[in-house]
Amino acid sequence: MNISRKWLEAFLRQPLDTHDLTERLAMLGAPVDSVERSHAALSGLVVGLVKDTQPHPDADRLSLCTVFDGQDDYQVVCGAPNVEAGKSYPFARVGTVMPGGFTIEKRKIRGLTSYGMLCSAKELELGEDAGGIMELATDADPGTGFLEAMALDDECLEIDVTPNRPDLLGHKGVARELAAGYGIQFRLPAIEGDYPSVPAPVRADGAEGTTGGVRVAIEDPEGCSRFLGAVIRGLTVGPSPEWLRSRLEAVGTRSINNIVDATNYVLMELGQPLHAYDLTSLHGPAVIARRGVAGETVLTLDGTERTVDGDMTVIADEDGAIGIGGVMGGETTEVRNSTRDIFLECASFQPSRIRRTRSTLGLSTDASFRFERGVDRWAAPDALRRCLEIILATAGGTLDGDPVDVWPEPTNPPRIFLRPARVRQVLGEEIPWEALEQYLVAIGATVVSKPDDGRMAVDVPGWRPDLREEIDLVEEVARMHGYQNFSSELRPFRVGSLPDATSDVAARAVRRGLSAEGLYEVVTMPMHRGEGAESVPLLNPLSAEEAFLRRRLIPGLVREVERNWAQGVRDIRLFEVGTVFRMAGPGERPEEEIHVAGLISGRRHPRHWTDGGHSGDCDQWDVAALFRRAVALANPAATVQVEGGSWVAVSAAGSVVGRTERIDADAPPWAAPVYGFEVVLDPAERQSQRYRALPETPGSTRDVSLVLHQDATAEAVETAIRATRGTRLESVEVLSEFRGGDLPAGSRSVAFRLTFRDPERTLRDAEVDKAFRRILQAVQQQVGVAPRAVDGGAAEE
Amino acid sequence: MPTTRHDVVQQLQARLAGVDSMDEAALEREHVHVLGRKAGLLTAALKSISQLPIEERRTFGAELNQLRQRFESAFEARRRTLSQAVRSQEDDVDLTMPARTTWSGGIHPVTRVIDEIVEIFHRLGFAVAVGPEAETEWLNFGALNFPPDHPAMDMHDTLYLDVGGDPPEGERMLLRTHTSPVQIRTLQASPPPVRVVIPGTCYRNDTFDASHAPAFSQIEGLAVDEGITFVDLKATLIHFAHEFFSPDTKVRFRPSFFPFTEPSAEMDIGCLLCGGSGCRACKGSGWMEILGCGMVHPNVLKSCDVDPERYTGFAFGMGPHRITMLRYGIPDIRMLFEGDMRFLSHFGE
Repeated sequence: MNISRKWLEAFLRQPLDTHDLTERLAMLGAPVDSVERSHAALSGLVVGLVKDTQPHPDADRLSLCTVFDGQDDYQVVCGAPNVEAGKSYPFARVGTVMPGGFTIEKRKIRGLTSYGMLCSAKELELGEDAGGIMELATDADPGTGFLEAMALDDECLEIDVTPNRPDLLGHKGVARELAAGYGIQFRLPAIEGDYPSVPAPVRADGAEGTTGGVRVAIEDPEGCSRFLGAVIRGLTVGPSPEWLRSRLEAVGTRSINNIVDATNYVLMELGQPLHAYDLTSLHGPAVIARRGVAGETVLTLDGTERTVDGDMTVIADEDGAIGIGGVMGGETTEVRNSTRDIFLECASFQPSRIRRTRSTLGLSTDASFRFERGVDRWAAPDALRRCLEIILATAGGTLDGDPVDVWPEPTNPPRIFLRPARVRQVLGEEIPWEALEQYLVAIGATVVSKPDDGRMAVDVPGWRPDLREEIDLVEEVARMHGYQNFSSELRPFRVGSLPDATSDVAARAVRRGLSAEGLYEVVTMPMHRGEGAESVPLLNPLSAEEAFLRRRLIPGLVREVERNWAQGVRDIRLFEVGTVFRMAGPGERPEEEIHVAGLISGRRHPRHWTDGGHSGDCDQWDVAALFRRAVALANPAATVQVEGGSWVAVSAAGSVVGRTERIDADAPPWAAPVYGFEVVLDPAERQSQRYRALPETPGSTRDVSLVLHQDATAEAVETAIRATRGTRLESVEVLSEFRGGDLPAGSRSVAFRLTFRDPERTLRDAEVDKAFRRILQAVQQQVGVAPRAVDGGAAEE
Repeated sequence: MPTTRHDVVQQLQARLAGVDSMDEAALEREHVHVLGRKAGLLTAALKSISQLPIEERRTFGAELNQLRQRFESAFEARRRTLSQAVRSQEDDVDLTMPARTTWSGGIHPVTRVIDEIVEIFHRLGFAVAVGPEAETEWLNFGALNFPPDHPAMDMHDTLYLDVGGDPPEGERMLLRTHTSPVQIRTLQASPPPVRVVIPGTCYRNDTFDASHAPAFSQIEGLAVDEGITFVDLKATLIHFAHEFFSPDTKVRFRPSFFPFTEPSAEMDIGCLLCGGSGCRACKGSGWMEILGCGMVHPNVLKSCDVDPERYTGFAFGMGPHRITMLRYGIPDIRMLFEGDMRFLSHFGE
C-alpha cells in the first residue's frame, strides 16, 4: 500500500517526520518497505522571478527574459508566449538535470546566449500542458526549491500491510492508527472547490430500490450484502484539478479524468472501491448484483472478454452482465469524455467469493485486493457521499434524488467480551481496567464496562473484520500497550516432557562421523526428474526438470561432482543426509525415508611432497570402508555383504538398505573414477556402547599363507577359521595377497594372521600350535584351501 | 694446580672463552676437566675454600660460584648448538616444507547454524521434534487456523503433490510450507508441558534466485504449558538472540500477523552490517527481521485437544538459510545448495 506523507498530514493537521513515521508504523504492525521522494527528478529546480522581458531582436516568437534566482540575474531566451515580468516560474539553471535525464547547458539561440530554462508543466512531467511556461501561484522567494514552494515535496511510503488489516489499505486507517499512537485527533481532509451538501442515502425496503430513475437490486445477497448508488446528471468529464491529481500521483496512481480520479481518491483514502457507470449505456436503466450464469461473458475494462460462473457475483443491467462485482467494471458502460450522466456504485462484496473469483479469472485489482480482505460495509454510506462530493466539486452536475441504500439484511459489527484476567494470562502483565478501555477506544471500539461480572463488552469497529474473538482483543491491547513495554525477564519454567527425536539424533551422529572421514556435507534440491513409477510427481512443478520428488540422493550428488569438474576440481568428497520420497497407495501420504549418501573421486590423501606427487586415487576399497562406516552410523543393525560386484547392507529383516556404486558420470579426461554409496537411516534409538574389560594376558599370533583356488573367498576362509570351536581365537586379519609366481593359474596366496588369547592365563605354545593345526584342518575340509607355507613360531604381539 | 687465587680465576676465565669453539668430544672432556666431581679444576678450587681465612672465603667463594654458573650455561648453550647442527647435517631436512595433511571434511554451514540454534534451545529445556515433509492441507493450514479462501494463504505459495486417488478438500497432499504442522503433531501426541524445536525442510513455489529457494530449512519452536505468557516469549527469544549473535545485540518486537499465533510479532535485531545506522541491507531502518513469533492461537490448541483456557504457549519460526547468509556474508542463497568443494572447504572443521 502506497501512503503519501502529505495526505497523512492533511488528516492529522500537523507536519510529520518521515523517519519518525517509519518507526511508528513498524511498531504498530505496518512496516515501511521503501520511501520514495515524489518528483525526485525535479529537486534541482528553483523558483525563478522574471524581472524583465524583452522581445528577441532576431526572432519574433522568442523573448529575452531576465530571471532572478535570489542571488543572480540570468539571461534566458524563452519561446513561450505567456511569460510576464514580475511573475515566478520553474527555473532550471545551467547544470540542472531534467526529468528526462538531460542536463541544462549554456546555449546560443539566434545569436544570444541563454543561461538556463523556464519550464512548462509538460517538461516537468507534471501535466500535458506544453503551450506555456508553468506560472507559479506562489509567494515563495526566488531561489526557493520548486518542490518546496509548490508543496510537491512529498514522500511515498510503501507499507507492508498484513492480510488481517484491510483498514490500513487507505490513508484514513493509517491516520487513525497514528492518531492513536500520537494521542491526537484526526479529521478527513477538506475537499477543494464548491459543492452542495449531499443527503444521506435512503434505505430501501428489501432487496431493491431506486435512485435517479435507476433500479438497484441485490439478487445475490450472499455475494453482495449491501449496494448503494446515486445518480448525477449534467456533469462535465475533464481533467482533474491540481489537488486531486497531485494526491493520486503522490501514491503512484495515474490521473485519468475527474470521475475516475474521484473514485480512486476515495479508494486510496477510505479503502472503499467504487465504480462509476455511464448512465445512458445502462439498459433499464437498472443495476443488479446477481450470480453469474455459467457461460455468460463480460467485456471488462481492460478490453478482455471474460467468462463467468455461478460462484461469481456479476453486476448486470436489464440486458445482461456488465461487470464483475468487486473485481472490475465493464467496457460497455465505461465513463467516456462525452458522458454527462453517471450512476455511482458503492457496494460490499463477500471476501472469499471475491478471492475465488479473482483467482479463477486470474484478475487481481485494487478493488478485489481490498474486498477479499474485507471492506467496512458500515462505512459505505460515508464513502459514497465523499465520492459524490468530489465529483460535484470537480465535474459539476446535480444529484438526481437521494442516494439509495439497498441492504436487505442489515447487521452490526460483532460484540466481543474481554476478561482482564485473560489479558493477564496471555500477556503476563497486569494492565489496569482503565488502560484496557483506553486502548480499545483508541482503535475505534465502543467499550461497555461490566465490572460486576468482570468482563468488558467491546463493540468492534466495522473496519476491523479481523476482530472476532477475545484473543483478537488481547492482541490489540498488547499492540497499543507497545510490545516494547512488556517485561522480558527470563523466569523459571518446566522443561518439556519429550526426548529428542531419535532420527535427528542419528542424523547428527552420521554428519559428524562422515565429516570426520574427510567428506563435506552438501544440501541439494529434493526436486528432480522422475525415476520410475515410484517417484512422486508434483501437481504444480517449477519446471519439467523438477517435476518429481527424489527417490535417492546419489543423482543429486552426481550433479555436484560434475559442477566441481566444471570448475577444474578433481578431488571431490561429498555426502548428504536428506529425505527421499516414494509413492504409496493412491491418495495416500508418500513414504518418506532419510537417506545418507556419499561420493568420492580423486586422490586418497591430499598431495604431499614426500609421495613424489604420486598419492593414489581412491578405489573401491576406499568406498568399501566409507560404506561400512556409514552403515555402522546410519543403520547399525544391518550387515554388509557382497552382491553382484558391489557391497550391500542387509537389514535384520533381510531387505537391502544400502549399497555401493561405481558411478558413470559425464567426466572430463583428467577426472578420477567416482565411487558412491547410499544407506537408509534407521531412525530407531541407538544402543549405547558397553565397557569390555581389556585383556591382561599376552596373546599369541600365528601367520599363514593359504592358497585360495578360484572359487574360494577370504570370507569363506575366515568363516571356517572362526567356526572352529575351542581354539581361544581372538581375531583374524588379512595381511597380504599374492598372485602369480609358481601358484596355479587362477589361484592366489592370501596371508592371514590369527591371534589367540585366554583372558585368564598365558597360553602355552603347544596349546596354540594345536589349536592352529585344528583350524588349518577345518579350513582344508570346509573350503578346500591349504597353506602355502606355515610361518611357524610364535610372534610376539 | 695454580698457586694463587688470582691465577685460578684467570685460568678458568681463559678456558671459559674457549668453550664456544669446541667440538662435541672436546666439550665433554672440558666438562670433566672443569666441573668433574672428582678432579675438576673448579671443584677442587671450591673445596680449597675451607682452608682460607674467614674474611677471604666469602669473596672468593662468590667469585667461584659465579664462574661455575657461567661454565654450566656455556656448556649447555654449546651442546644445544652442536646438537642442532648435527641433526640438520644428518637429515638435510628443510623444516619449512609443507606438513602432511589429511582430508578434513566438514558439516554444511546451514547445518552448523541449525545445530547451534538447537543447542541454545536445548539449554532452555527444548527437545528436537521432527515430522514429514509431505503433509495434508489440513495439517499445513486448517489445523493452524488458516481460514479457507483467505489472503493469509498468499504468504504460502504451495507445491501440491499428485498422489492419485481423489482426496477430499483438506486431505490433498502438499509439501509443507513451514515446519508448523509438527506443532500439531507434537501437541496431539503428547500433553503439555511441551517444549520443542523443530528443524526441517520446507517448500514454496518460488523461483530459485539469489534470495529465494523452492526448498529451504526452517526452525520452529513451541512451548506450551500452564502460565506461559508473552513475557516468556520475549525473554526466551531475547536470550536466544544474545546467545546466538552477541550479548549486546539490540532486539525489538513489533506486531505482525500469522494465523496460528495471537498476539503475533516479528523479532528484529540491530542490523549486523551497519550496526543500526541504516544501510542497504536493512533498507535504511537499522533493523533486520530475524524471526516471526507469537502466542499460540487458542484455535490451534483446540485442534490438538489442548484446553486453551488452561494452557497457553508461544511459538516462533526462523530461516537458517537466511541467518547463515547474514552470519557468513554469503550473497546468494543458491551457493548453499551447491557442492562446490572450494566453497564447502571454507567452512571445514
